[in-house]
Amino acid sequence: MIDRKNLGLLVLILVVSAAVAILNPRFLSPVNLSNTANLIGLFGIFAIAQAFVIISGGIELSSGSVIALLGVIFVDLVGNHVLSPLSATLLVLALGAVIGVLHGVLIARVGLQPFVVTLCGLLIYRGVARYYTEDATAGFAFGESFPTLEWVTTGRICGVPNSLTALALIAVLTGILLHRSVYGRTLLATGRNPEGARYAGINTQAVLILAYLICAVLTAVAAIFLAMYTRSISPASHGNFYELYAIAAAVLGGCSLRGGEGSILGVVLGTVLLQVLQNLVNLLGIPSSLNFAVMGSVIILGVLADNWFLQRKALSRP
Amino acid sequence: MTALLRLSGIHKSFGPVAALAGVDLAVHPGEVLGLVGENGAGKSTLMRIIGGVHAPSAGRIELDGAVLDRLTVPRSIAAGIAFVHQELSNFDNLTVAENIFLGRMPTRGGPLRLVDTRSMTRDADVLLARLGATFGGDAPLARLSLAQMQLVEIAKALSLNARLMILDEPTSSLTATETDRLLGVAEGLRQSGVALIFITHRLSEVERLADRVTVLRDGRHVADLGRGEIRASLMIRHMIGRDLKSVHTPRASAPGSAVLQVSDVRTPRYPDCAVSLTLRKGEILGLAGLIGAGRTELAETIFGLTPAKGGEIALDGVKVTLNTPRHAIAQGIFLVPEDRKAHGLILDFPISQNISLPGLRDLSRRGLVDRRAELRLAQRQKQALDLRASDLCLPASSLSGGNQQKVVLARWLALSPRVVLFDEPTRGVDVGAKAEIYRLMRALSDQGVGVLMISSDMEEVIGVSDRVLVMHEGRIAGSLGRDELSEHAILSLAVGQPETAGPTA
Repeated sequence: MIDRKNLGLLVLILVVSAAVAILNPRFLSPVNLSNTANLIGLFGIFAIAQAFVIISGGIELSSGSVIALLGVIFVDLVGNHVLSPLSATLLVLALGAVIGVLHGVLIARVGLQPFVVTLCGLLIYRGVARYYTEDATAGFAFGESFPTLEWVTTGRICGVPNSLTALALIAVLTGILLHRSVYGRTLLATGRNPEGARYAGINTQAVLILAYLICAVLTAVAAIFLAMYTRSISPASHGNFYELYAIAAAVLGGCSLRGGEGSILGVVLGTVLLQVLQNLVNLLGIPSSLNFAVMGSVIILGVLADNWFLQRKALSRP
Repeated sequence: MTALLRLSGIHKSFGPVAALAGVDLAVHPGEVLGLVGENGAGKSTLMRIIGGVHAPSAGRIELDGAVLDRLTVPRSIAAGIAFVHQELSNFDNLTVAENIFLGRMPTRGGPLRLVDTRSMTRDADVLLARLGATFGGDAPLARLSLAQMQLVEIAKALSLNARLMILDEPTSSLTATETDRLLGVAEGLRQSGVALIFITHRLSEVERLADRVTVLRDGRHVADLGRGEIRASLMIRHMIGRDLKSVHTPRASAPGSAVLQVSDVRTPRYPDCAVSLTLRKGEILGLAGLIGAGRTELAETIFGLTPAKGGEIALDGVKVTLNTPRHAIAQGIFLVPEDRKAHGLILDFPISQNISLPGLRDLSRRGLVDRRAELRLAQRQKQALDLRASDLCLPASSLSGGNQQKVVLARWLALSPRVVLFDEPTRGVDVGAKAEIYRLMRALSDQGVGVLMISSDMEEVIGVSDRVLVMHEGRIAGSLGRDELSEHAILSLAVGQPETAGPTA
């Protein structure tokens, strides 16, 4: 079942895509499609991560910095043969989990504001990442290759990039978690009305901590994919603004910043729309400096349209 | 002498409900008028009419002898009518002087409109000195006690040249010394020619301060007492006066063993008051008292929302620890909270999901919600409780108050209750749904579930309960059996005047 909001988003994606395809047929070229698909896969994973925190009624501003920090650690450990790719992956996921639990505990148990906690995280992890490599770019030595790792993260099956397949897999799993599981229901209830959830016997602190944990672990997964995609990471700029992409995709996909509302399908569609827009800027010869301006304008128009539909619906009700 | 304000024959209806039906009230300069009546007697509505918030449906208002058909908020303020509210609406991020002069601060610097802090603080100090306050206008409001904040409110009223001040339960959260001091301030105001309307449940304060008393009951004006007649016993006699026992449904069998035993439990609101009570199987235990007597806090402590400060709770004779609602729910202790919209429900959630929320684990397999079982449960509860909902997938907010309350009940009845705590179960519920909720409570109790009902509605307390405990300022002031139940007895205990609790004349 697809609801009105997601249907509208899908229609918008198709209209924009059709327009770009007509104006520049290169949009439909296999190289461009595959490239865009890869980016959708990469960005979609941490956008879904963000959605869990937004649905809990919070916000996670440190995603970009986490991606940079975990990225340099991963590349360093694997590139210098300190750890095997598998061990490094497990370590990075574990580090992500630690960060998530830390944020969750500070927010749910200590009672700090999500904005403040994760803003400090943004600054701290970025700083640590730069210190870790002494501001140098972390990368693999020339000619170095890790066939299995590279195939898993940047390979293709029948032309479909594995990052997109990973996103699809993650979307299905998190979709079931959010929309079908007991946890998902309690998360929606806690995000919407934390007091009401407490009166219904829900352990709201545990629910919130788990939301930040899920967010950070998924962000760690995205960090590995992104590290292998760029192969070299300059810690000062890698992942900059990615938390804002993620928030934008989540909001575009129907998550309310008030919490308790949102769908995984919506977030995926939101990511797709953002990437198509980015593609539009590139293909239509719009100065790439206008990239953010185009994105911002589309989001504000989308939110306005949604608002307008809601008001009309409220008016037509007796 | 012309009355400052005279209301005659005031009627006010909200839809089909008459909140006021023929109220007269007059207050003269330099006079303290006590206004008493039970919860829901119409005091608040009457004050909103004086404040210009509501227009009366019928009746006459005379202000300084001039006849008006209604007051508006600006007109009421211009006439010098000021409220000192029960719930203080102060800004605790500002200073005392800023709170007093908010919206009319003196400015300097011409077009820059800078706040003239010095002259503002000076003006505030003059007002505060007149009230005998020990703090200055530059004190941050956040540092003041509740009693001191009340003085700020009074100073604000004075700064508006108030001629009539309405004090709504001003002493309800004050200590004895603070109360004494506030009554002294009121005395001073009277001597300076300010008229006061003093609303309180503390009848001894009325005895001490009031020149005249107006008694309301069920929206009607029932008595005017002159100085010589102001006695607690007489006021109580006028505040009550209905036969409320007729609606009672008797229980099926004699009450059984104790299901819930609370021993010496202290709540954070009243840390010095140890409360003990016993709830038996098969009885509906009413918990009466005035608003703020600590009843809700007691129920929330039993439900695990606010951990008890000492004391013990035993269920069927076994001591239990209830530190979170989850513990309480696991033991079969459920709360139907007072604030249905904020606490009882997730309003935007579908009705079915509201019903299933606390018992979701039993409706799931391997962590996934069995949505068919969920809907079946909701259907079953809809039938059992006669829930009037066209579609169980609609949000709970689409339901009427009575049906929303049934949704809250439905979620608990789907589990296996041992004790259900009802907090004001029929507030905002229409008459038909009310009767059904009483029927459900009686059915629960007949099945051996312990039912505790907090209610401020006398009719409900007397009509529904098998036994009533009355709370007064955090303590259990007394226990009344079915045969001893009367409005007079309950009210006497609730206002802390047990000596007048003899049989009604």
